[in-house]
Amino acid sequence: MIVREAQGFVEKFEGALGKGKGRKLYAFKVMMAKKLIKFNRDFENFKTACIPWERKIKEVESHFGSSVASYFIFLRWMYGLNLVLFGFMFGLVIIPEVLMGLPQGSIPRKTVPRDEQDTAMDFSVLSEFGGYFRYSVIFYGYYNNQNTIGFLKFRLPLSYFLVGIGIFGYSLMVVIRTMARNANEGGDGADESEFTFCWKLFTSWDYLIGNPETADNKYASITTSFKESIVDEQENQKDENIHLRRFLRVLANVLITCSLGGSGYLIYFVVKRSQDYAKMDSSQLSWYQKNEVEFVMSLLGLVCPPLFETIAELEDYHPRIALKWQLARIFALFLGNLYTFLFALIDDVNEKLEKEKVIKNETIWALNQYYANYTLYHNVTQNIPLPEIAPADVIRGPCWETEVGIEFVKLTVSDIEVTYLTILIGDFMRALIVRFLNYCWCWDLEAGFPSYGEFDISGNVLGLIFNQGMIWMGTFYAPGLMGINILRLVSSMYLQCWAVMSSNVPHERVFKASRSNNFYMGILLLVLFLSLMPVVYTMMTMSPSFDCGPFSGREKMYDVVIETIQNLPPFMANIFTYASNPGLIISIVLLMVLAIYYLNTVSKAYQKANMDLKRKIQMQRDEEKNRRNNKDSTNQVMKDLEDLMPNKSLIPPPAAEEPEPLTQNPLTIEEWTDAPGREQVQKCSNTLVIET
Amino acid sequence: MGATASKLPKDQLSEYQELTFLTKQEILLAHKRFNELLEREDRQQIGGSRVPMNKILTLPELKSNPFRRRICQVFSTSDLRDGSLSFEDFLDLLSAFSDSATLEIKSHYAFRIFDFDDDGTLDTGDLEKLVNCLTGEMDNTRLTSEEMKQLINNILEESDIDKDGTVNLSEFQHVISRSPDFVSSFKIVL
Repeated sequence: MIVREAQGFVEKFEGALGKGKGRKLYAFKVMMAKKLIKFNRDFENFKTACIPWERKIKEVESHFGSSVASYFIFLRWMYGLNLVLFGFMFGLVIIPEVLMGLPQGSIPRKTVPRDEQDTAMDFSVLSEFGGYFRYSVIFYGYYNNQNTIGFLKFRLPLSYFLVGIGIFGYSLMVVIRTMARNANEGGDGADESEFTFCWKLFTSWDYLIGNPETADNKYASITTSFKESIVDEQENQKDENIHLRRFLRVLANVLITCSLGGSGYLIYFVVKRSQDYAKMDSSQLSWYQKNEVEFVMSLLGLVCPPLFETIAELEDYHPRIALKWQLARIFALFLGNLYTFLFALIDDVNEKLEKEKVIKNETIWALNQYYANYTLYHNVTQNIPLPEIAPADVIRGPCWETEVGIEFVKLTVSDIEVTYLTILIGDFMRALIVRFLNYCWCWDLEAGFPSYGEFDISGNVLGLIFNQGMIWMGTFYAPGLMGINILRLVSSMYLQCWAVMSSNVPHERVFKASRSNNFYMGILLLVLFLSLMPVVYTMMTMSPSFDCGPFSGREKMYDVVIETIQNLPPFMANIFTYASNPGLIISIVLLMVLAIYYLNTVSKAYQKANMDLKRKIQMQRDEEKNRRNNKDSTNQVMKDLEDLMPNKSLIPPPAAEEPEPLTQNPLTIEEWTDAPGREQVQKCSNTLVIET
Repeated sequence: MGATASKLPKDQLSEYQELTFLTKQEILLAHKRFNELLEREDRQQIGGSRVPMNKILTLPELKSNPFRRRICQVFSTSDLRDGSLSFEDFLDLLSAFSDSATLEIKSHYAFRIFDFDDDGTLDTGDLEKLVNCLTGEMDNTRLTSEEMKQLINNILEESDIDKDGTVNLSEFQHVISRSPDFVSSFKIVL
């Protein structure tokens, strides 16, 4: 009712604030502002309706709490990011080539070679992305190196290069923006141990829980965490056997470093062996030998984390610290594996580059032979037309970029298979067995050994992050990889939602996910940088294949950008030359370093100001309390101090409250003298004197 | 939706949108759910009628919540102070617990919910009741009295800046604003 009256009033007197000629304009502006607000609100409504999977995630949230749901929200965010990247790749690279480029089979790089044509449609060949898949838009080798294609004169090589760089740039921007937003909301600067008890009390209940079983679990975990924290506070350093503990920790770290080194070596060895296999005839190899690399990598990813957990039992850390160590080790494992794989690949690539030189020489030699023959037959030495060989018969170079792309695609596909199998067997089968065998088994399967699985949030999130890293690395060499990833994310969302609801139980321990949100974003950022480096390295140092891909025929891949700049009108070329001047770049870098230093200093100053204000509040409160309690004695004390009279010692000791603030504030006299209020200083120093 | 279900008039809908943090779909969903809780004869005049507290507590979103009674009492504007909610109270509740509500609103309402004796500060009695709510109703999950005392001491040490033995609204907001979990866990979505 009141709202209606207020609205009526406002409408009646709306334009009345603007006077004279400006009235109409003012009324118009106000009306536009209202329309804008309404439009914004409708747009917000529309946007919330568009968010996919909202119901599903809400269901998971009400059963499992916000920590498990945070994984699905992260997955959805990844899906959004990948969708945009896929849009770039698809719209700016794949579609132009398909619509405006030369069709399949017209030039050598787009045709299956003659000797592979019989097996090109076999399922076994296709499942390894050979055959027709290899010579399609999915991989780098298909793209033509014509500078402009079609009637729109679309510059495909330039677009390919810029999209490759743009993918990293966009991902970087989005990740940093999300991190900043999380930090703003979460007050990430807070010290974790600052308010442990208060937060446990005021914020640990998850209001989204709607399921009684989950609620019971939550009660139990809250109680446990209270009791643990109380014990933690009371327990001081356990001095017993500190040497034994240190020895055990060193031993554990040594074991883990050994296993990390072992896994790295194993991968290197396996990749080298697969290169030897590639040279052999492929029909003689078993399925295992062909897919050895992916199999070994996935196996290591499955086996090592539980191994680390068992070894970590030796260390006897607080669970939170143990979890951090575990995550760090899994991270090191994945990183080591990925980089060993990359190094082995780079060796492979160098080998192929050598082979390419040989083939180039062969091709040139064959051409010269042809020219010689032609001259012999037709007595013409100039303007000899090129030999007409069917595209399928031309001698091909080994196209290392497509090989690298194929390796990444195979790795991603095998990773998908392993994840799905783990979910089906590890969670679903386990739940089925526990549920149905329980009727005829000796001990209670549900409460005892296997029981139902819990949803492993950190493992899943790390897996997601590393998959994304592989996608980032491989997309430059296999544009179709992005499409595969989109399919994977969508199917993974449905599969995992179903699996969580049907075969998992809520966690027994409360797990703070939102604090870790920025932690996972930080890992994602790190992985982004780490996957950027190999791609940039290959772009800068390796020369592209001479007969496949959009950069063929050039010395280095970035030459395409340099050529385009040179072809631009002169003043723009000048701008670029000036902008890439080292002096300018160095000064910009220096400026940024200075800005970082300045902001750091400012934030430290704010923290100090905070502490000072807190102290001020405390002191004001003390002063008020003391004034209330014993007015006379305070004044008396003050007067006596100033007079420095010897009968100070006759003053009665202060009331019980006074010493308390002092004992609780671990401040020294020096700090007190800095603070405002000399009265406070004198009073406190006086009470200290009296006490001693 | 039967023939007796009343629809929300458009101007009221836009009014509610302006006054709360909820989107149009959320308000319509709230209307539907509130309708279901009303007795059959009250359904026509949804504006005036109140739903008694025991009916509100049957909502699945509130059923498992340890603070459900306090939530009803805080948001209720009934003169009888019996915790019954009208439709606008219900919308207030959902708005305060929605995604788009600000931290200040949430912390303000959280403070009122935790203040069991409604005296404007969280003293030892309030904190004790709070802990007991969180540790469940059964005896084996409760804390012993020494543990309780220790816990409350620790809490007051951390949050009581002016050392008066109670936590007032600004101290509470200070603690809550540094917490990264609060906004995401203090949410109820229908």
